[in-house]
Amino acid sequence: MSVSGYKGKLGEILESIGAEVGDEIEVLTGDGRRYVGYLMSRTEYAAEGLITLKLRNGYNVGVALDDRAVVRKVSKGRAPSFTREELPPVNPNLPRIALLGTGGTIASRVDYRTGAVRPAMTTEDLLSTVREVAEVANVESEVLFSVYSENMTSREWDAIGGAVHDRITKGYEGVVIAHGTDTMGYTAAALSFVLQRPPVPVVLVGAQRSSDRPSSDAATNLLGALSVAGKAPFAEVVVAMHAWHSDDVIAVHRGTRVVKLHTSSRDAFQSVNSRPIAYVKEGRVIVKAEKLNPRGAIGYSYQPGFDERVILLKFFPGMKGSVLQLLAERGYRGFVLEGTGLGHVASSWIPVIRQLTSDGAFIGMCSQCRYGRVNMNVYYNGRDLLAAGVTPLGDMLPEVAYVKLSWALHRTSDPDDLREIMLTALAGEIGERSMPLRTSWSDEPWA
Amino acid sequence: MGLSYRDIGLKVGLEVHRQLNTSHKLFCDCPTDPIESGEKVEYVRRLREAQSELGEVDPAARFEARRARAVVYRADTGNVCLVEMDEEPPHQLNEEALRIALTFARMVGAHPVDEVHVMRKIVIDGSNTTGFQRTCIVATGGSVSIRGKEVPIQTITLEEDAARILEVREDSVVYDLSRLGVPLIEVSTAPVIESPEEALDAAASIGRLLRATQGVKRGIGSVRQDLNISISGGGLIEVKGVQELEEVPKVVEYEVRRLLHLDKVRSELKARGVRAADVLGETERDLTDLLSSSRSRLISSWVVKGGRVMGVRLPGFGGLLGGGDVRLGKELSDYAKAWTGIEGIIHSDELPGYGLTSEEVVAIRTALGAGERDGFAIAVGPERRCREALESVIERAAVATEELPEETRGAKTGGVTIYLRPRPGAARMYPETDVPPTRVTRELLERVEREMPPTLEELAADLGKRYGLSSQLAWELIDTEALEDFRKLLGTGVQPSFVASLLTETMKDLKRSGVRVELIDLQRLNDYLRLIAEGRTAKESAREVLGYLANNPNSSPLEAVQKLGLLAPRLEDVEREVEELVTRLAPKFQDKDPFGPLMGELMRLYRGKVDGAVLSRILREKLKERGVAR
Repeated sequence: MSVSGYKGKLGEILESIGAEVGDEIEVLTGDGRRYVGYLMSRTEYAAEGLITLKLRNGYNVGVALDDRAVVRKVSKGRAPSFTREELPPVNPNLPRIALLGTGGTIASRVDYRTGAVRPAMTTEDLLSTVREVAEVANVESEVLFSVYSENMTSREWDAIGGAVHDRITKGYEGVVIAHGTDTMGYTAAALSFVLQRPPVPVVLVGAQRSSDRPSSDAATNLLGALSVAGKAPFAEVVVAMHAWHSDDVIAVHRGTRVVKLHTSSRDAFQSVNSRPIAYVKEGRVIVKAEKLNPRGAIGYSYQPGFDERVILLKFFPGMKGSVLQLLAERGYRGFVLEGTGLGHVASSWIPVIRQLTSDGAFIGMCSQCRYGRVNMNVYYNGRDLLAAGVTPLGDMLPEVAYVKLSWALHRTSDPDDLREIMLTALAGEIGERSMPLRTSWSDEPWA
Repeated sequence: MGLSYRDIGLKVGLEVHRQLNTSHKLFCDCPTDPIESGEKVEYVRRLREAQSELGEVDPAARFEARRARAVVYRADTGNVCLVEMDEEPPHQLNEEALRIALTFARMVGAHPVDEVHVMRKIVIDGSNTTGFQRTCIVATGGSVSIRGKEVPIQTITLEEDAARILEVREDSVVYDLSRLGVPLIEVSTAPVIESPEEALDAAASIGRLLRATQGVKRGIGSVRQDLNISISGGGLIEVKGVQELEEVPKVVEYEVRRLLHLDKVRSELKARGVRAADVLGETERDLTDLLSSSRSRLISSWVVKGGRVMGVRLPGFGGLLGGGDVRLGKELSDYAKAWTGIEGIIHSDELPGYGLTSEEVVAIRTALGAGERDGFAIAVGPERRCREALESVIERAAVATEELPEETRGAKTGGVTIYLRPRPGAARMYPETDVPPTRVTRELLERVEREMPPTLEELAADLGKRYGLSSQLAWELIDTEALEDFRKLLGTGVQPSFVASLLTETMKDLKRSGVRVELIDLQRLNDYLRLIAEGRTAKESAREVLGYLANNPNSSPLEAVQKLGLLAPRLEDVEREVEELVTRLAPKFQDKDPFGPLMGELMRLYRGKVDGAVLSRILREKLKERGVAR
């Protein structure tokens, strides 16, 4: 076993002097330079033939070792030990909230020597890193699993759904799920269908800046999410993230209406074809939407299960309809198409579509336009597609339609039943009225 | 001062920071110049201390976190993007900046590292949106020589410049992001400098070498010197932000004076038997009722608002708080102000004063149980803040009985320094995982070698040879960083030596007499020189015209020349005038040479309007026509 990240000859040299990561070593290079510092690990893809040293002034440098270089171990490194600060007192009068970890580093500690980030997801770690938590809720946390959100599948959706259901039945006053942001919107949609009319808020939360940096949005997002879980008068599945670049307002998006629209900005999550249902400012939950499922609602129903034979396809010019044929041959039974404009794919697709729908497959149409609803009655092609058996899905977001179809197909394979489920609003995923994107245009960019 | 700097063990290390004039910032593609698009963004952030795996929280980070202020950021999208806003990960390390740093390393004989690793240095005062400054070592070693002494260079680093502070409010601080991310080179010397003069020489020498790289920015705010100062038996004092070179020795002198004074106070406290534990045992008392009818405006203005007056005894400190420009009292109040933001701290050695009468002082002493040998401090403001401030006073006073503590201080004008925050620990630096290390390849080093700029000596010699400038004028151009402007203005066709002296001597002269020469931009200077080249005004008009341009930032040089009556008359008018003059006066001189007196008369008429050389040429021609010239 070689020294962390050091391969080949260099690994052998380090091993031969008994050097381990963290030890202080001295290097004399062939061209007469001398460095003394702590040996750091190298990443898998780092250039070979170099070692990383942390100098005594705290800086890291990379030093190339040639055949003439001399390496000597100076002293054994000291093992990092974490002394936790005294925890803030628990206030039994605050709402009891379950916090479920799924792999997002919503709270974490950093090893300043290596820069490695370790999640701080035990209740105790969390309270010691984000002390204000103790002023908002009585949090009991558990790590369900630890995966990057792009690696999640419907199995993880069900695992999370099951854990939330468990907490709901145990009488928690709200559930917060810490989640990687990449696919948080999909999970939010999935939970919206699994946990129907829940009696308490179910809040997904993430961070766009990791919590190893002082500017991280993790703590403010988490506190906002806990406020919603503990205080909101509504019981909906929602995503709580920064509303904008500022740290002062958290937007609360409905789980079936939210998309990650930016790769890196704190306000990446936006409600599309809808507006946030609430905001959190200075710990207050400000509700903006009406007819929400109230806290303590009756009629809660737990409906787990997804079918994997569903696909989401984005149409592009020149794309051939035979793609659908191939997928159907592979066993796919549900298709959500991201068509162009009001809901179109090339008219050359019509025979394939007709064939598949008559064989009992479900083909739903959403738009690749980020905003607006499909309307397949406006152009001939749309009407032909309708006649071929395509189901227009209104203003449902394509990602949400995909999740819902997967969930619905687990329940029925009857095309008429599927169509009915897909067109019935179960968790706010379908809206009948389209609103203007902006209510004012005061910037005057032309001025 | 009876002791020499060597006797007291003065050691100074320098950190010279200089902005690089790269086409874009260190970790993004924004321009480094403050270009304004007019599109503004303003947003609010809160920074948190991130806890170390070692269980340590950096003392400097804790200091800022304790103040927990909101940070307001203002940006113009002309030169700020999502990277500076901390809304996008950093791009690759700017290679142009790396080349400039490697060029400097080559000049001082420093050794480049083989791989540059970008680090995050925790800074949570808000000046960096991320809560850390990105910084990396490019080279180590090398030296500069000053008066035959070698001053070793420890490190040459590249780092991001910080955001510019605009305003400090009660519970927030406002920054402008334009400067954030501009590449800075930092050159740190070993602490081997032993006098204020050496500090100045070392800073000047490093400054010249940085200019020789031809990659640095010029002008106000482009240079900043930090000084690490210590004397025997004292902690390290880091003085931040010395902008002007001339301030460097003043800061060293001030710090030495301050440290020696505090050392004397410490000895006296020891002699009096005052121990830290005694001081720490003191508690603050409320004096509001006692002083509610005081005529002190400081006190009454707070009492009206519901504020309190609190005091604390400083046992054995009587007579040791006051003094000249360096005094313990100032240290105590600066410290309390930095930690709590409080303004109203008064100590016993400045009383009676601030509207407090001797009777009131006696009453305070009685209430606090402070005897003749004791001192005291009082704080005025909201109750909680008063208590915190006096606790800070006690903390600092206790330290004063034992040591000269290490501190980070800020430079004010005239060499004065003020307490800023505790010195940061080693727990503040960790790798920037978003930026992969940059290999310093042989190709890169060869390119740097190939593109080495001339040394300043070569540059000065070349200026002499090419433009006929005196050595003094050439060095003046280099040292005032006017070389770039000089080269641009040569395009006007005016004699190089005149352009050079205009940029150096004339400007310096005007500045000294209070003219705001920075208000004359290069374009107007260029337009003025064109007027000279076209013969529309004379060189002799320079001082007057430039003075006018500085006072009238919206005026063009042509307007200035007209307003000042320095516009040259048409050449034929001048010739006619000369002819008349010659006709009228030449006969009077008979056999004496009339040139001198006539030239004097012409200069009186045309000074600043027509070039003396032109007048002299016309006069000679006319005299020759008359047959009077020799």
